[in-house]
Amino acid sequence: MNHATSNSQEIEFTLERGVVLPRLVGDPDDFLIIAGLGGTARDMATITDAGSNLFALGGAMGGATMMGLGLALAQPDRQVLTVTGDGELLMNLGALATIGVLNPPNYSIICVDNGRYGETGYQTSHTGRGVDLETVARGAGVTITTTVQREDQLDEGAKVVRSTEGTSFVLLRVSEVESRPRKRDLDAAACRVRFRDALQAQPR
Amino acid sequence: MTQLDEVTTRAARPLPWQEQSYQLLRAHDVSIFGYVPDAGHSVLINRSIEDPAVQAVSLTTEQEGIGLLTGAHLGGKRGVLLMQSSGVGNCINQLSLVRHGRFPFLTLVTMRGTYGEGNPWQYAMGQAVRPVLEAMGVIVLAAEKEEDAIPTIDAALTMSFKAGNAVAVLLTQRLIGAKEF
Repeated sequence: MNHATSNSQEIEFTLERGVVLPRLVGDPDDFLIIAGLGGTARDMATITDAGSNLFALGGAMGGATMMGLGLALAQPDRQVLTVTGDGELLMNLGALATIGVLNPPNYSIICVDNGRYGETGYQTSHTGRGVDLETVARGAGVTITTTVQREDQLDEGAKVVRSTEGTSFVLLRVSEVESRPRKRDLDAAACRVRFRDALQAQPR
Repeated sequence: MTQLDEVTTRAARPLPWQEQSYQLLRAHDVSIFGYVPDAGHSVLINRSIEDPAVQAVSLTTEQEGIGLLTGAHLGGKRGVLLMQSSGVGNCINQLSLVRHGRFPFLTLVTMRGTYGEGNPWQYAMGQAVRPVLEAMGVIVLAAEKEEDAIPTIDAALTMSFKAGNAVAVLLTQRLIGAKEF
């Protein structure tokens, strides 16, 4: 599957998410983290060892990046990271415009893009048909962006994730290799209480 | 003295209820205002934009407000979603997060498609606001008269942030009037 992007880079969905996402995130304890549904929820549960600094969605598809924005506005002294999939992000592209306008410096978004709707049987998503979400994010006003689709782009991607000059966006293109299975707590009320209690116990 | 007393007795001449409602929300530590531009909410929207202690967040669609306010709650801040009745429909599935996560949630809804409405397009969603919100577990209060507005918003603040519920206050067309065409 190849499409030319606006910067004439061939699109590659080859990296393995279980290998590259931990390298892109680095120490997860540096962040308060929101994860999207399905794959990214499992990815981040693995990376944080189901940490109390993670709130992962199991529904309300399209809400992840705005949840991260609310958290970033409420906690301006903490770095906030939203990790979500291409399908989840595509469901509410307007949120990127809302975020781009405010541009909070303590906010970063990673979109794990496999070009597929993994949870429903790996049907091709819009990104699998050529839509470039980094270009969308830039057009929405998010100025610090990059795409990581090869190993040699990971270091630059990790720098962008940790940028504090404004909101940053990293498009991480990965293969269809699935996230590692990971048991996670699907009780959102329990996760909410746990997240808030942990944050209040360790204010910064 | 409660926050309600402070707001209603502060001025020598009573302020319009819209101004009082801003002071009441601020007295309850509401500091994040998510909104989609709306004439009926213009006082609250403009005050929130002018207030350096408040984050005023212009949304492209009302459903973004659900993520915004639930994320703010995780971070320990209180917010309010200002929308028109048509926006309620845009929020339905996102309210899963509020209901399943038992997040406190407060929205003020300016009504269309009800008392005296002249635009036939507004009726379908306007008439569906209450059943839709109630189906998603949101408690619905309505303010019909000027003297009801502030006590109703005050009650909703207690019900949401003290008791942890999802609450909507409908600012009815009896209160705010029907838009003239």
